[in-house]
Amino acid sequence: MSARDEVLARIRLALGDRPTVPEIPRAYRRGGDLDEGARLDLFADRLVDYKAAVRRCAPADLLGTLVAALTDRGAARIVVPPGLPWDLPGAVVDDGLAATDIDRLDGVVTACAVAVAETGTIVLDAAADQGRRVITLVPDYHLCVVRADQVVQTVPEAVARLDPDRPLTWISGPSATSDIELKRVEGVHGPRTLEVVLVS
Amino acid sequence: MSTFLGLPRAVDTSQLRGRPFPEAARAAVADPQLRRNLGDATATIRAKRARVVGEVPDWESLRAAGAAIKDHTLANLDSLLLQLEAAVTARGGTVHWARDSAEANRIVTELVRATGADEVVKVKSMATQEIGLNEALEAAGIAAWETDLAELIVQLGHDKPSHILVPAIHRNRAEIREIFLREMGAVGLPAPADLTDSPPALAEAARRHLRQKFLSARVAISGANFAVAATGTLSVVESEGNGRMCLTLPPTLITVMGIEKLVPTWQDLEVFLQLLPRSSTGERMNPYTSMWSGAVEGQDFHLVLLDNGRTAVLGDPSGRSALRCIRCSACLNVCPVYERTGGHAYGSVYPGPIGAVLSPQLTGPELNATLPYASSLCGACYDVCPVAIDIPTMLVHLRAQVPHPAPERAVMRAAAYAMGSPRRWAATRSASRAGRLLGGRRGRIRSLPPPLSGWTASRDLPVPPAEGFRDWWTRTHGSPPPATPPPAAGGDGAGAA
Ligand code: SF4
Repeated sequence: MSARDEVLARIRLALGDRPTVPEIPRAYRRGGDLDEGARLDLFADRLVDYKAAVRRCAPADLLGTLVAALTDRGAARIVVPPGLPWDLPGAVVDDGLAATDIDRLDGVVTACAVAVAETGTIVLDAAADQGRRVITLVPDYHLCVVRADQVVQTVPEAVARLDPDRPLTWISGPSATSDIELKRVEGVHGPRTLEVVLVS
Repeated sequence: MSTFLGLPRAVDTSQLRGRPFPEAARAAVADPQLRRNLGDATATIRAKRARVVGEVPDWESLRAAGAAIKDHTLANLDSLLLQLEAAVTARGGTVHWARDSAEANRIVTELVRATGADEVVKVKSMATQEIGLNEALEAAGIAAWETDLAELIVQLGHDKPSHILVPAIHRNRAEIREIFLREMGAVGLPAPADLTDSPPALAEAARRHLRQKFLSARVAISGANFAVAATGTLSVVESEGNGRMCLTLPPTLITVMGIEKLVPTWQDLEVFLQLLPRSSTGERMNPYTSMWSGAVEGQDFHLVLLDNGRTAVLGDPSGRSALRCIRCSACLNVCPVYERTGGHAYGSVYPGPIGAVLSPQLTGPELNATLPYASSLCGACYDVCPVAIDIPTMLVHLRAQVPHPAPERAVMRAAAYAMGSPRRWAATRSASRAGRLLGGRRGRIRSLPPPLSGWTASRDLPVPPAEGFRDWWTRTHGSPPPATPPPAAGGDGAGAA
């Protein structure tokens, strides 16, 4: 008997008592109740709580805000995904760069797919304005643009908006570890600095 | 075709079974440094968890949904696994099935060999620890590098993990510095000679050491926190980014997953992505969660589905809910027994309350006979469990299955006999006075003569008080107490240290 057939046969034997299970109770919150202003404030608050930096701006000021953030950070050479709609100084468009090349750049700028206010999370789904997973992983600085209409309040709303067939990366604050005496240290392998520009 | 004979459990029990708990625990509770580390760590995580769980208004509803989703999964496990297989295959991945640890290790070894690589990077995974994958790869001449900081500390220290989530919880910063300075150079980029013991400096040394490995590795091996049957989506939940590195950079990815890690639908993740981070690290969300369905971004993807005793657990209607476990480790952090003994005392890769039920279930109760007793049955583990596993009831259920050591049975019989009549009970009063002599100046009885030695092998016994209750009553009331039914013979309250 193949391993597959045998494991399946074991499962069927194990379930010989035909366990009946009740309906899944979905009484938990599936959506939020905050208006947009409160939702964005909560999101910004939770990001800061996770040691991410936050800048807020109006759509018209976005480019200037991004340039200011890069300048303040001293990020002269940055990698950007091929579909990023903003023309930024020092941008190297990712056309399949090797990880070792990305490792030599100062940072990365992307958009996002969805953000969750209650948990301070941004989700990337590898769309053209976000790019391959590797470009937001290897550089030490990630600058991410989040539009107000992308921010939902709760986790279930975010799950509902996302496409499981795409590779997804959920990011809540910078890389962190608490493995040494439970002291939180920011930045182990992923970007040590996460900065979010919230556009509304 | 071979004949199918019953439900075999894990064949290789080396990672699920160690010294008997009482023996291992005795050394642990005598180590003040360890007790202090554990006490601080568990108290910290407990408080963080309580705070972030407290801010979720619908926690109990989420918990009920989490338990029900897992029960649905288990009740339909065969069809859901087939669905997962079809979904992963349709998206360019390859699915392998493994009956036990030896088979899983063989599959992974062959997959690595086929790439020509002689080293792999690993994301922390309980399943691969359970099957002893690193040891199997090493025997095949393949070096497996753990990339989680705590796992790196454990691996470089030639040590064993002691906690599901913070495996190096038993080490302090000075020890970690020592280990890095001594060991890193032998296996890759050495630690800087002026390394201090500050956590940021230690984390930086790990970052540099491991980055070299991430950028050159050709094969990565991970576990999975959840797999969605309908979409073939796998997910890994982590903090450091080492998971993302492993899942993204190497051209070949091999994921080893226990067959119970499934959920039926994409929507179900909305429950577990709330339950898991708050229960485990006490965060609203862990820094990174990666999800992928099949082979993505040009990677060659293999999924190994592991039984290794799980179907035997599934076959026990009173014990199968242990398979709901999402390995959050909340039960460890609240357990008064874990807090004093630490994870090594459990002798298994699964420590703490969940380990005390899961390890004997996976190996068969006779091979882990002491673990169901490694609990005070206080119920704290049940209260915090995000999928509402009734661990205390399951421990009692398992206690009935494990073979009790002969001396313990003798003590229980003797106690039942003595308590069976007021006259015999009174006679034990003089015997308990003798106990004060055995206890000596330390005020604890560490070993009784046989057959009672079986009892004290696992417990220090407080010496009986100089004056028993009945003697006190007689002295203060001038007559013996009225005849009452004798106290029931019960094992658990009796003088556990
Ligand atoms: S038994 Fe419950 S509390 Fe313990 S690790 Fe598993 S899910 Fe978490």
